[in-house]
Amino acid sequence: MKLPRKLALAASALAGVHFAALAAGFLAPYGPTEQSRAWPYAPPTRLHFFDEEGHVHLRPFVYPLADDETRAGGYREDRSQRFPIRFLVRSPATLGGPGEGWRLFGVDEPARVFLLGTDGFGRDQLSRLLHGARISLFAGLLATGISLGLGWVLGTVAGFYGRWTDTLLMRAADVFLALPWLYLLFAVRAVLPLHLSADQAFLMLVLVIGLVDWARPARLVRGLVLSARERNYVLAARGFGASDLYLVRRHIAPQTFGVLLTQAALLVPQYILAEVTLSFLGLGVAEPVPSWGNMLAALQRYHVLSSYWWMWAPGLALVPVFLSYSALSEALHSRVGPASP
Amino acid sequence: MRAVLSVATLLLAVPAFAQKAGLPAEVLRADHEVGRRGGRLVYALRSEPKTLNPVTAIDVTSREVIGRLQADLIHVDRQTQRTGPALAKSWTVSPDGLHYTLLLRRGLRFSDGHPLDADDVVFTFRCYLDERNASPNRDLLVIGGQPIGVRKLDGFRIAFDLAQPYAAAERLFDSLAILPRHLLEKAQDEGRLGTVWGLTTPAAEMAGLGPFRLKSYVPGERIVLERNPYYWKVDSAGRPLPYLDELVFLLVPSDDAQVVRFKAGETDVISRLSAPNFGALTADASGARRLQDLGAGLDYTFLFFNLNDVDASKLPEVARKQAWFKQTAFRQAVSAAIDRAGMVRLVYQGRATSLGGHVTPGNRLWQNTALPRPQRSLARARDLLGRAGFVVDKAELRDLKGAPVTFTIVTNAANAARVQMATIIQDDLREIGMQAQVVPLENRALLDRVVKTHDYDAALMAIASGDADPNSEMTVLVSSGPTHLWRPGASAPMGPWEKEIDDLMQRQLVTLDGAARKRLYDRVQELMVENLPMIPLVSPNVLVGAKSDLGNYRPAILDPQVLWNVDELFWRTPPAARP
Repeated sequence: MKLPRKLALAASALAGVHFAALAAGFLAPYGPTEQSRAWPYAPPTRLHFFDEEGHVHLRPFVYPLADDETRAGGYREDRSQRFPIRFLVRSPATLGGPGEGWRLFGVDEPARVFLLGTDGFGRDQLSRLLHGARISLFAGLLATGISLGLGWVLGTVAGFYGRWTDTLLMRAADVFLALPWLYLLFAVRAVLPLHLSADQAFLMLVLVIGLVDWARPARLVRGLVLSARERNYVLAARGFGASDLYLVRRHIAPQTFGVLLTQAALLVPQYILAEVTLSFLGLGVAEPVPSWGNMLAALQRYHVLSSYWWMWAPGLALVPVFLSYSALSEALHSRVGPASP
Repeated sequence: MRAVLSVATLLLAVPAFAQKAGLPAEVLRADHEVGRRGGRLVYALRSEPKTLNPVTAIDVTSREVIGRLQADLIHVDRQTQRTGPALAKSWTVSPDGLHYTLLLRRGLRFSDGHPLDADDVVFTFRCYLDERNASPNRDLLVIGGQPIGVRKLDGFRIAFDLAQPYAAAERLFDSLAILPRHLLEKAQDEGRLGTVWGLTTPAAEMAGLGPFRLKSYVPGERIVLERNPYYWKVDSAGRPLPYLDELVFLLVPSDDAQVVRFKAGETDVISRLSAPNFGALTADASGARRLQDLGAGLDYTFLFFNLNDVDASKLPEVARKQAWFKQTAFRQAVSAAIDRAGMVRLVYQGRATSLGGHVTPGNRLWQNTALPRPQRSLARARDLLGRAGFVVDKAELRDLKGAPVTFTIVTNAANAARVQMATIIQDDLREIGMQAQVVPLENRALLDRVVKTHDYDAALMAIASGDADPNSEMTVLVSSGPTHLWRPGASAPMGPWEKEIDDLMQRQLVTLDGAARKRLYDRVQELMVENLPMIPLVSPNVLVGAKSDLGNYRPAILDPQVLWNVDELFWRTPPAARP
């Protein structure tokens, strides 16, 4: 009974993360591009339960930030006023941010609650992390869909028809595996118009990641199909006059689905990482729209890397996501089993 | 009394000492703290120098190295920003300002021991003026359409003849390296002077009059210079300069890597620090390092729109948007909407100054202080746009034809501060309904668009002024100038105001009276602010650092900020005792 529990745990953790990304507008206390110019690189706001006199407050509160006169660029808490955290607050529409709507929590002005600190423009890291997850996580999912879909179709065709079809497709796969993709991408980006909107950039990323990597799943599927089509029941069905389509649909495809599912659980984190890498290098979604990759790009600068630990948040967020996917793929693998008996 | 006496004995001792060391008779005596001989100084260069040829060098790093190998006739003191004698002991100007006579120091030798005389100077100017060599210095030496005339009067006197009076003409001689005729004449006669003295040239085939001479070069790694034994300066105790045995240039490509090297003690001095890195270094400063904020420098960052006469059939989108960009009210509105104080705080942690005009507060002599300080005002921005016929519809600004106002701002991807400033502008402009997108580009691609193809909407760039004098801004301000970035090399001025700027700049060039020049340049600054062909943003402070042990370290805001007096730098503790 150990296996299903692990599967359920991993699956529910992932469902939770993806739900949080979808509900970013509600969960995030601020808009992802909203700048608080007074507070660049503010450290995570501390939630307090005890006030100066030592009284306990059940509702947590924060102190507003003030410049620390003793250190340039440093902050201290202004202990003269307390601002309790409010839940289910109605926030006004902000320019560029999401429209008017309900937010899970917030504090009254002039205090701010930055649970994961702010970046160089005074933008709330938590809000950016949640909104950025939409792009980073779903880019991984969609790209996996494209890559597996394409890989499955081409792999099945190659494996099922064999001969010159197989040779042609598999040589094409070799070529795809051999191309220096990163450099090709830089070249492609140089040809595209100067500015891509966030939607276009997202679409480009997904397509690029998905289309580039069809060759590996295709090879895997081809192998499975190759062995499946020689099975006796397939030969028998063929003998009874079954059409190609029927054979694939009824007898061969089901053999590949389990492997496909395990592959998906392996590929999604790889593609999330691909998105992060491409955005990190400036090939992905452009500022000010957040993605985990372009948020991490700030760490390319020495002073950010050395002085502001909270800027690592997107990198740290990747770890549990990856672990969940790896647990999921492991659990799937032992359930569905490898391609054969 | 004793002090006076000891000074007198020292002075008496100098000639004897000088002769013993084989020093030239007419040395320049520097006035600074007497140092200790020995040791090496390590400095990181941002990129590999392209050449060591003073005639063709154009990039900053080449000039940084060449400046230590070579010397000029008249030098601008980087600290006082005034001219002073160098290889020329003195000079006279004719009353009409057309004829300069320079007197060379006697007994000087190049770093290979060959003596210097007037023939070398005449030869040098022949090289700079020869069109075959395509020297970037040539433009400066052509005054009123006529190349400067150079005549040898005798072995040590040279006459320079100008076609028209030229303000601050002595400053022309700064950084023009005097070349060794005995080594280069053959190459010059064969017309291949432009190609000599690359980095791989053997040290024996090069010579100069600077404090150091080339010792070795390891491609991609380091350039080592050693003391020039024939250098022509002595310290106030009469001992020959420079103090340092070696000057090492390490090639360290990125700003951040330079900071890490400096922090680790691998380099001894650092310049052009970015404000965040300066902050990071200050935060864990030990007594071993001294970091200094020298205040506003001469560099200015600005936003400008594409005001070129673009061909509407080739670039229809740019041409359409130029209908907005070419309106002064539009540019004024953009300027009013920009939060410069926010840039100073967010991008520079307070280590910069908001700019209203292009002359920075670091340029105390020439800044027009009567100009208003820049103030952010969204109300003024909206008012200007409203009167120019723009309307706001659902938080989106639209022009007379109903088209939304959107454009891209290109900037240098390698410069984090500029990308950040562009992102701030993007956010600021959204508040008046403009949709701007920031596109960071690789530097060469950026220059190509701005200078050659003109395929861009707006750009955020910076200009680093080499000198405080208005003449150094000629190529930027005059409408036909090559670095008149918003409309480079234009065939005619854009309007009466630009015509006036052209005239004023030409007039200040030939006006010899300082106060009158200042009035002319004040008016130029006024016109620039009224018409905003470029929208000045901020001027970053000059931030430098060095090990505390370095003596005579006096950084300046003019380039090269920390190495300008490298001949005087010395280590207080003997090299052997240093960790």
